[in-house]
Amino acid sequence: METQFTPISSLVGGALIGASAVLFMATHGRIAGISGIVSRLLPPSIDRSAWPQGLVFVVGLLLAAPLAHLVSGQAPAQVVSTNLPLLAIAGLLVGFGSVLGNGCTSGHGVCGISRLSGRSIVATITFMGTAFVSVFILRHDFGG
Amino acid sequence: MKSFNTLLAGLMFGTGLILSGMANPAKVQNFLDLFGSWDPSLAFVMGGAIAVTMPGFWLVQKRSAPFFGDVFHLPVRSDFDTRLIAGAAIFGIGWGLGGFCPGPAVTALPIGATGTLTFVSTMLVGMVAAKSIAQKSRTLVSA
Repeated sequence: METQFTPISSLVGGALIGASAVLFMATHGRIAGISGIVSRLLPPSIDRSAWPQGLVFVVGLLLAAPLAHLVSGQAPAQVVSTNLPLLAIAGLLVGFGSVLGNGCTSGHGVCGISRLSGRSIVATITFMGTAFVSVFILRHDFGG
Repeated sequence: MKSFNTLLAGLMFGTGLILSGMANPAKVQNFLDLFGSWDPSLAFVMGGAIAVTMPGFWLVQKRSAPFFGDVFHLPVRSDFDTRLIAGAAIFGIGWGLGGFCPGPAVTALPIGATGTLTFVSTMLVGMVAAKSIAQKSRTLVSA
């Protein structure tokens, strides 16, 4: 399925994500990595020092779509696959991999690269690479 | 005040994801589909974010401490271990298959697609599983 190339709104949206990461660093002194923020709220080793603020951050994330709907008068555009087993496997891999590798697109891809962290640069190249390959196999080998 | 700032940061992050198109898995997968319906938009998301975060972090860290804390909690490791590479590789496979990474998936939850709910549920299971394994291996090392 084609999607429209949106350089301006993507650039502005990206800048907003960056501003959020800077605000989070300025106020809490922590990396705004979503897999880290979410996983610290979870068992078996719940990080109590990160609990209330981490949860508040997640609530902020959850409010964004309803607020965007309210402001623009329409639900944010999205096409989510209806192949639920595929999404279940994808979710499992994303959750497991991001915690094992200490970060996802936000923690490694945005914050880590901005700090010129070697680990984050290597992680970002790695996950970009496997993501390109998995989309290629999904769409071009099995007809997606 | 602290919680207000955190809420604002979360809201800005989520709004940025929606505005940029990251909360739409089809757009993410099109970015990753170099040999198909390629949509380069997401490179602009990353560029826009880093253009703000890089100078922003630099400015913020000139302070001795964050506004609501005693110290900056910054990652200090610089080694490349198997866990980092394997984790990133596994994460990337899932990201490609589903078109969601953790932030956009959580942000898209209220839009109410069954697929998103499915993805987030198993993502949380995956996180708990990885944490459990990490904890077990730590116990083994210390024992």
